[in-house]
Amino acid sequence: MTPVYMAAGDIPTPHIEYGRLAPVLIVLGAACVGVLVEALAPRAQRYGLQVLVSVVGLVAAFAWTIALGIGDQPHHVAAMGAVGVDGPTLFIQGTILVLALMSMLLIAERRHEDSPFTAQASTVPGSPEERESLVAGLVQTEIYPLVLFAVGGMLIFPAANDLLTMFVALEVMSLPLYLLCGLARRRRLLSQEAAVKYFLLGAFSSAFFLYGTAMLYGFAGSVRLSEIAAAISKQGGDEPLLLAGVALLSVGLLFKMGAAPFQAWKPDVYQGAPTALTALMASCTLVAAVGGVLRVFYVGLETLRWDWRPMMWAVAILTMLVGAIVAITQTDVKRMLAYSSIAHGGFLLTGVIATNKAGLSSTLFYLAAYGFTTVGAFAVITMVRDAGGEAGHLSRWAGLGKRQPLVAGTFAFFLLAFAGIPLTSGFTGKFAVFQAAMAGGAMPLVIVGVVSSAIAAFFYVRVIVLMFFSEPLADGPTVSFSPATATAVAVGAFVTLVLGVIPAPALHLAQSAANQLFVR
Amino acid sequence: MTGHYLVLSAILFTIGGIGVLIRRNAIVVFMCVELMLNATNLAFVSFARMHGSLDGQIIAFFVMVVAAAEVVVGLAIIMTIFRSRKSSSVDDANLLKY
Repeated sequence: MTPVYMAAGDIPTPHIEYGRLAPVLIVLGAACVGVLVEALAPRAQRYGLQVLVSVVGLVAAFAWTIALGIGDQPHHVAAMGAVGVDGPTLFIQGTILVLALMSMLLIAERRHEDSPFTAQASTVPGSPEERESLVAGLVQTEIYPLVLFAVGGMLIFPAANDLLTMFVALEVMSLPLYLLCGLARRRRLLSQEAAVKYFLLGAFSSAFFLYGTAMLYGFAGSVRLSEIAAAISKQGGDEPLLLAGVALLSVGLLFKMGAAPFQAWKPDVYQGAPTALTALMASCTLVAAVGGVLRVFYVGLETLRWDWRPMMWAVAILTMLVGAIVAITQTDVKRMLAYSSIAHGGFLLTGVIATNKAGLSSTLFYLAAYGFTTVGAFAVITMVRDAGGEAGHLSRWAGLGKRQPLVAGTFAFFLLAFAGIPLTSGFTGKFAVFQAAMAGGAMPLVIVGVVSSAIAAFFYVRVIVLMFFSEPLADGPTVSFSPATATAVAVGAFVTLVLGVIPAPALHLAQSAANQLFVR
Repeated sequence: MTGHYLVLSAILFTIGGIGVLIRRNAIVVFMCVELMLNATNLAFVSFARMHGSLDGQIIAFFVMVVAAAEVVVGLAIIMTIFRSRKSSSVDDANLLKY
């Protein structure tokens, strides 16, 4: 046992590259400004100021990310090696920022009703206080800084080069999301239930993530991913500490991306949360979580891949099948898309398992393509409304195509993209990950992937048939049109189409981003 | 010697994990999660002693801060659902299923 001696002067001042960390710092800084606005600005001005601060913050961060990407060949570490600034990370961060901007259009929407979020979260549903807050037209503008904090955490999560930074980023991204889930304006009991479930399960899984980190620290003497990789090649990969650590860490990571057997939270949370927030979670959180999975398995555990591959094979197969099969019986449109998101998590894992450059670049492309389609689809869901809010039950969507052909047609297009029909981005993305998986020798995975795509196509097409070939309901839902939501839908549809018809530029971008792999 | 602390940490983690799975009250479930986090802290500190480095002890501080933040958010959420349902049992929150 070595005694620890440390004099006060021995700790060097950390060197922090502010320029390279700027996108994250801008978003977190904008969130802090948002908190100040909440404290200092009069109530009437808060909405405008908060939206301005959020949009300016996200746009500035995105511009800086682009500048970092085209400046020099990005392959650096920052903050004493704790954060990696490299091609794949910048691609993921840029994707998260654009998708967050699109979701912000839905979150800031107030054409349908005062806000998609509750007027006052502290009031009990159905109480006189709640009615008063609704009549007074209150809006909970705290949601904007919360969203920005969550996006800040999402930006750090895939960039974290050591497991401690990754854990802190995980919590910075999750804690605001737990709160936001419980703040829906309508169906508040469902929303609060979703928040409790998400919170308890999320905290449970982060405890696993952390215990895994402790085991790997015990094995390697460091939580830095590169040093864990070095320790694995030096000491061999059959230490019980190492294997236990990898297993526990994977539980935490796979929970965040909603892979089976850790998928149980996803349908409940996606259904209960406000739809604008579901759009953010289904796109940005998934991108960030898969980014984190990629970094851990490509940098830290790459030399151990023969040991974790069988486990990940099983997880990927289970995820694809569970997502596709259980989705068939769903009657709520958000819940159905949640199961579809689980299945897509499985397709993404086939790209992760390939552990080669093609696997990385195809996963990046898939993430971007899927994110745009998802935000677009959830944006359509916010537009189709009943007297009681959004028309969640699928039976309410019957015959929508006859009354609102444009909206129903766009939704059908998104569903076809989820199913992976050619000329949509979904086809290109699936083709790319399956090709990479085949090159990596995972033929059985590809077969399961194609089979579960076929199963999934059934329930997507069922919705399309329901919308276009059944008689419209007499008291059917109306389509509430607004410029902001329509912009989100249009951008989603445009990108889905462009990535499907001329995918070469985006594929090339993903390839050049993945060219040098992750920095160590 | 540090091996004993690791065994204790594993025992605490397991108790916490089992508690999350079998207890019904949301507050108790949450307490069990906190127990798991503290078990992790014990493991970090023991490993730091074993490796003769300070990293593990510093990580324990980060974990404490994160756990404190989690308490704030968690109790807020549990309070909200308790006020609307007059119950903090996780079995009663059953509107969302299948």
